[in-house]
Amino acid sequence: MTLHMPPILTYALRRLVQAIPVVILIMIGTFLLLKLAPGDTVDALVGDMGGADAAFIARLRVEYGLDQPVWVQLWRYMVKLASFDFGWSFVYEQPVATVLMDRLGTTLMLMAASLSIAFCAGIVLGAIAARRAYSATDNLISVLGLVFYATPSFFLSLMLMLVFSVKLGWLPVGGIKTIAAFYTGWDHVWDVVRHLIMPTTALSLIYLAFYLRLMRASVMEVADLDYVRTARAKGAREGRLMIHHIMRNALLPVVTLLGLQFSTVLGGSIVVETIFTLPGLGQLAYQSVVQRDMNTLMGIIFLCALIVVVVNFLTDLLYARLDSRIELA
Amino acid sequence: MTQTPPPVLDLCKLEISLPKGADRPYALEGLDLTINAGEIVCLVGESGSGKSLCAGAIMGLLPEPHVRVTGGAIRFMGEELRGKSDAEMRKLRGADISMIFQEPMTALNPQKTVGWQIDEVLRLHTKMTKAERKARALEMLERVHIPEPASAYNAYPHQISGGQRQRVMIAMSLVLSPKLIIADEPTTALDVTTQLQILKLIRELQEEEGAGVLFITHDFGVVAEIADKVAVLCRGELVESGTTDAVLNRPQHPYTRALIGAVPALTPPPVKAASDAPVVLKGTGLKKTFAARGGLLSGKRKAVTAVKDLTFELRQGETLGVVGESGSGKTTVSRIVTRLLECDQGSVELDGTDLLAATPKELRALRQHIQMVFQDPMASLNPRKRVVDLIAQGPIVHGADPKKAREDAKRLLELVELSPAAANRFPHEFSGGQRQRIGIARALAMEPKVIVADEPVSALDVSVQAQVLKLLADLRDRLNLSLLFVTHDLRVAAQLCDRIIVMQKGEIVESGLTAEVFANPQHPYTQNLLSSIPGRDWTPPSLHTDAA
Repeated sequence: MTLHMPPILTYALRRLVQAIPVVILIMIGTFLLLKLAPGDTVDALVGDMGGADAAFIARLRVEYGLDQPVWVQLWRYMVKLASFDFGWSFVYEQPVATVLMDRLGTTLMLMAASLSIAFCAGIVLGAIAARRAYSATDNLISVLGLVFYATPSFFLSLMLMLVFSVKLGWLPVGGIKTIAAFYTGWDHVWDVVRHLIMPTTALSLIYLAFYLRLMRASVMEVADLDYVRTARAKGAREGRLMIHHIMRNALLPVVTLLGLQFSTVLGGSIVVETIFTLPGLGQLAYQSVVQRDMNTLMGIIFLCALIVVVVNFLTDLLYARLDSRIELA
Repeated sequence: MTQTPPPVLDLCKLEISLPKGADRPYALEGLDLTINAGEIVCLVGESGSGKSLCAGAIMGLLPEPHVRVTGGAIRFMGEELRGKSDAEMRKLRGADISMIFQEPMTALNPQKTVGWQIDEVLRLHTKMTKAERKARALEMLERVHIPEPASAYNAYPHQISGGQRQRVMIAMSLVLSPKLIIADEPTTALDVTTQLQILKLIRELQEEEGAGVLFITHDFGVVAEIADKVAVLCRGELVESGTTDAVLNRPQHPYTRALIGAVPALTPPPVKAASDAPVVLKGTGLKKTFAARGGLLSGKRKAVTAVKDLTFELRQGETLGVVGESGSGKTTVSRIVTRLLECDQGSVELDGTDLLAATPKELRALRQHIQMVFQDPMASLNPRKRVVDLIAQGPIVHGADPKKAREDAKRLLELVELSPAAANRFPHEFSGGQRQRIGIARALAMEPKVIVADEPVSALDVSVQAQVLKLLADLRDRLNLSLLFVTHDLRVAAQLCDRIIVMQKGEIVESGLTAEVFANPQHPYTQNLLSSIPGRDWTPPSLHTDAA
């Protein structure tokens, strides 16, 4: 049977099918890893209660199915996961799915903002640095990029907080909105933006250096290529050369990195969200580990794996769109 | 009395300086050159002679400030170009002076369509409307004889062949009818049949437009084909200039005489008496297909047949040439017989042992008897190893005493006419020709019976090429070696090979004694190849060079 679908659709379908085993493997791996770690939900619950006798603990374990062999627990979990049932969070007394959906928006907002700023600023600064290679401007840009790259994210976050919230008092210290202010409409939007400025800055400054360095190298390489010389021989101005002939080609390797970097930015958001007490997935992940909230933690990991797979897929599409030599098949 | 128009280009005592630390202070020293309308002037020289920088200087595209014009005059249509502002030069570039570059593969932007790139010239220099520009571009594509101009207009460069890309490049350069066209080695990267077509095209369009052409090349065959006048450059100095006939057939300067003397004549070596020497290498029914890129789930994999049903014999002391154009499968043959590439079918017998059926252990022993010399001497020598180690490595791997192997390596250097004192240096300290000698010494160190050489002189200048070819012929006769010689250059094949096989699309279309194939080619493809050799009607005069 031959299906006549646009190549882009066939490609998308195939990529999705390929992603399924990846996600399943990630889930099995994380499940087993978490089982290897000492302590479970019952330990955490009992700890909160201030202790309990052995019979009660054993009864709790039976109730939660934790007395079963690991592979039985894994099987039960995977079967439920197949219908997107993430289970119940004993810490939040809610279904995990509800907890996750509450937090997803904040994290996506933070990440989208940070990545776009890092990417756009990175390629612009990288291109400027490359065109003025080895000049003072280039050195300044490169050194600043390296400094931010080398700074731990928690330190950068704390310094930003110290300067802009504590000393200057311009921006709120943490959270996603002002508590009990009940803003509506544009006031609400502006409130959220103000809360996101510092976390976004902290996160994007760190990843900016990646794009900057790569773009600088890439532009320098492309600028020496024959077709740029051809364009110059046609009488094209430098600005035109830069936009149509150099940037367009130099972007390709940087776009590849965009997808690969997404997962590390997701990791970086754990630290930043925790410091700025943003109610996002990162902060939730941190709390779930501390409280042994297995179901929530697994849900977060599943969601993140899914996001990374989808983003990498989108990156590939973008790449294919940018590079005329790639034909989707 | 009518006043004669000024020449299109008049270079007067042009001087281009090189940065400190270069091998000489000036890239060009006092170059005088005049190109009139309707004239093709060839600027000839070996690599590093400064010919490409001359083009850069005229276009105002030198890598300043490191390399810049420091003296002389560049007059275009009687107008001095030196001192013109960047904006003024931009107006001239692409409109009145245009350039055709060497590598059609890399000279076009891979991310823009052919049409867009031709359109760009019109957008930069004219006020034509979109529709007018498109019509003009299509007309130009038509004029450079591209089949289906409309579909080529929308194609990306990677979707059309190398020859067509060069046609696009020419269309782009000529779209505004420039008065001066600078062609920098425009056919060097092309196959010989394509080369002839492109040369004809440049001639044809130039005659229609009456433009002056500065044609930069290293190939005297091409000069014979296209030039009205010739100027010969040697290390930045103009050593000889004149009409094509005078320079090619009655060269005066020793350098020109040496260069022309080095051009391989199209006269094959005398036919040796039918050899009854034993067959050392025999390929039977060789077949190799490459699976094309395909998806895991799409299930579609198109196979490309690189070699199909190839059979040949190589006798001791003999040179067998494998000639053909790119994509004919000649390199695949060289890889199969050395088993650097596994083939799908057939056998390769080396002295009666099947190389392709050998176990890894047997293969290691057999490798000793068949060695390769590669095309790019820079890329095929490990840059971090000293020459002596590069040469001795093979024998040591095969169990020779390291000390003795190194002594032997020094003797081999003498054999390939390099000083044994060079033994402790690194590959980058040598010139291209010297590196190829090292490559040959490395192959010889194993005392092989057969040497497989894949385009061993293609990357070399003509004078160096002649020396390396002579060395190979000498060594073959002295050591009774058998040579499987892969080349695209029919002049080189004529010079060295006793017998040749001509390949097209993975198949042998003709084989036989070189002299007979050249004198009386049977297959249309061979006939076409031979009639495309640039300057085939010109026989380099036999010169007794003073240097030799």
